[in-house]
Amino acid sequence: MQFTLNGREVDVAAHPMRRLLDVLREDCELTGTKEGCGEGECGACTVLIDGQAVVSCLVPFAQVDGRDVRTIEGADAQALQRAFMDHVGAQCGICTPGMIMAAMSLGPDPTRKQMQEALAGNLCRCTGYEAIYRAIGEAKRANRRTPLGVESIG
Amino acid sequence: MSSFTERAVGRSVARKDGMGKATGKALYADDLTFPGMLYGRTVRSTIPRGRVRAIRRNFDADGFTVVDCRDIPGKNVIALIENDQPCLVEHEVRHVAEPILLLAHADRERLLAADVDIDYELGTPVLDSATSGVVFKHIRIQKGDVDARLAAAERVIEGTYRTGAQEHVYIEPNGVVAVPEDGGLAVYGSIQCPFYVHRALVTLLGDAVNHVRVVQTETGGGFGGKEEFPSVIAAHAALLALKSGRPVKIIYDRAEDMVATTKRHPSIVRHRTGVTRDGRLVAMDVDVLMDGGAYVTLSPVVLSRGAIHAAGPYRCDHIRIAGRAVMTNTSPNGAFRGFGAPQTQFAMEVHMDRIAEALGLDPVHLREINALRPGDTTATGQVLGSDCSALETLQRAVEVSGYAEKRAATDTGRRGVGISLFYHGSGFTGSGELRLASRAAIELTERGVQVLTSSTEIGQGTRTMHAQIVADALGVPYESVEVAQPDTSRVPDSGPTVASRTCMVVGGILQRAATEMRQRIGDSSPAEYFREHGSLRVEAEYEQPEWIQWDDETYRGDAYATYGWGCNVAEVELDPVTLEVRPGRLTAVVDVGKAIHPALAVGQIEGGSAQAIGYALLEHVVMRDGAMANGQLTNYVIPTTLDTPPIDVVLVENPYPGGPFGAKGLGELPMDGPAPAIVNAIRSLGIDVREIPALPEILLRASARAPGFAIAGQRKPTTAGR
Ligand code: FES
Ligand code: FES
Repeated sequence: MQFTLNGREVDVAAHPMRRLLDVLREDCELTGTKEGCGEGECGACTVLIDGQAVVSCLVPFAQVDGRDVRTIEGADAQALQRAFMDHVGAQCGICTPGMIMAAMSLGPDPTRKQMQEALAGNLCRCTGYEAIYRAIGEAKRANRRTPLGVESIG
Repeated sequence: MSSFTERAVGRSVARKDGMGKATGKALYADDLTFPGMLYGRTVRSTIPRGRVRAIRRNFDADGFTVVDCRDIPGKNVIALIENDQPCLVEHEVRHVAEPILLLAHADRERLLAADVDIDYELGTPVLDSATSGVVFKHIRIQKGDVDARLAAAERVIEGTYRTGAQEHVYIEPNGVVAVPEDGGLAVYGSIQCPFYVHRALVTLLGDAVNHVRVVQTETGGGFGGKEEFPSVIAAHAALLALKSGRPVKIIYDRAEDMVATTKRHPSIVRHRTGVTRDGRLVAMDVDVLMDGGAYVTLSPVVLSRGAIHAAGPYRCDHIRIAGRAVMTNTSPNGAFRGFGAPQTQFAMEVHMDRIAEALGLDPVHLREINALRPGDTTATGQVLGSDCSALETLQRAVEVSGYAEKRAATDTGRRGVGISLFYHGSGFTGSGELRLASRAAIELTERGVQVLTSSTEIGQGTRTMHAQIVADALGVPYESVEVAQPDTSRVPDSGPTVASRTCMVVGGILQRAATEMRQRIGDSSPAEYFREHGSLRVEAEYEQPEWIQWDDETYRGDAYATYGWGCNVAEVELDPVTLEVRPGRLTAVVDVGKAIHPALAVGQIEGGSAQAIGYALLEHVVMRDGAMANGQLTNYVIPTTLDTPPIDVVLVENPYPGGPFGAKGLGELPMDGPAPAIVNAIRSLGIDVREIPALPEILLRASARAPGFAIAGQRKPTTAGR
């Protein structure tokens, strides 16, 4: 199967009915995408297909044929990632990659309501979501683009 | 002496694991693979009670490793308190989903397809805790003369309160990988307490291995659910790895995790309270029943904490608390954030509102006159010091939430507001910390300093706050402090990561180790000292403050070194037609002693409160024939973004002099208050609810019980505001 993965053309041989989640984690060795439930309820496995957030545990591999797949490893989300760090939007962190992927679709200066709706399919058991809203609010407000790992934060 | 003076404590410095988590690079158990690794699976009982008659394997054995109880080289137990839980069933089955057989195969599809038939001789299960005749543990706390005072009381108010089971729903299910190494075995996994697992494996494997090493991987949430349970899954993976000679990974799927692993103990608590007409508590008689499930596991200690907290943060000279934890034929119930205290404080706080209703008093006023103050004694006779802040948190919560105005407005029938006052003992109960004798170490390295403890990072910020405490005690930059991955072959046993003890107790030991190291290295900086003398390791052990006295037999004395205090004000909105309750704004005022890292502390309070909101309103474990019948996230609902209201947190810092920089425990505290505050908010609308989860059917029954109350709640609170 040929598709674009994090901006690179790839050709991956895997059974078409395997879950995209497993192909990404096992065949492509991209373990940043997490499994929390395997039934489409938790959003930990969220990736972008052609820019749309989807739960990869419910997507058969066949469906990504010729399409553009993005995972946390290839996400252009530095501002969000930094803000999740600064505002403790990640506690245990297992929901974080999925949260960030789902949050990428939000426009600038999202309201609390818009964030709630965009993340309604992403469960977090640690934060009560408040710190996640603070992080997203900050990232989307500042529109910062500082590359990762250049300065210490804190 | 190092001249570095910038302080890390009290600042929200960058968390050590923040970037790894935000970029997806952090490695959790399921992210690990090893050459030649097999996948493991557990074949489980399908009946709540009986005996195994025959096991038939209906699959081609090629490539399979199969383990049953006869393959256990040491003792067939999961070592914990009583050692009554077998690792694998020999004959007797005590609950649904009890492990019987283990399978491993390199091909996951074949593994999952393998069919095993088990014949049973069925027994009659005990499914109702109230009628169970098997008591795991009795506890009795006695202060003063309850019977005489109850008999003489101006009013006696009685009530029974129930709480349901709760599933942890850490988003990462339980998972481990067991790897044979040099005649021994390493287990990597999602684990709160590596030394618990270590002890369980040593007992199970006996002489079959020359060493056992347990390593915590990044852990996707614990909440108590990965306190004792990982010993079970680690034992299974270890047996399969030992027999196959290959690494074996076991990762539960969500359904298996929900049905087979521990949950919060369901409880029934009865109160009989004597009061004066003006609202002073004169005698309290409390009976606590906890459903322990099929094996003892941690039930005695859960009951103990529950019982000690059962009289709430109130002054009363005559108290009797009788607790028991009983056996039922369900999966063992276990540790869950709060550890018995959320159950008993739910009962106490709803009972307080019922007392207020009966006396025609305002609930805040009732709490104000009875709240514990410095110099007062608790149910166990502990004299509280200046670190008691019940009254401060109450007054502050009333003020910041605008409680009085909101309470006055409840007669619109839809919007209610309720309050709860609570406390939570920090660290192990009584002499527990002394027995643990926890140790922690720091070591100079060429890069700076390394912290060595077995305390695990499970999201709460262990690495970060430990590094902050060490940085300041040693006088070095926070960035120069590293925190070692918990690996039982490298780190000292700092006790389990439970009981709100990681910051206060282990952080305190680290502070002492760092202070000693600072003296040892004298005028040099750590880097200079390392260049001149090489590495230096300083280890310190827990030292109990001299004033702590506790008697395990009589349950008298200083139950905890200190307590965190909190007050919640909860708003709710009731749909008068469907009787659905939507949580509104929640205010949480909490005394944490000292917030080592304010953003982490606030995050603990927000997250714990959200979990408690789920406990109050949504999370319903449906049991059918002894098994969870809704073991999926589609039908066991935890709060989503749309169900979680705004949570306003106010941190109060009333230091505990024995904690590092004044810190108290805080991780469990937020679990105690929201459920009763929410139920009291529903009560403010005239619905006599005494049970959680407060589902519409419970509200319907409660309205029927009190026909004088209109469902839409036209009844005005007896005294609106103060
Ligand atoms: S793992 Fe895909 S939604 Fe939970
Ligand atoms: S940070 Fe743990 S589930 Fe969200």
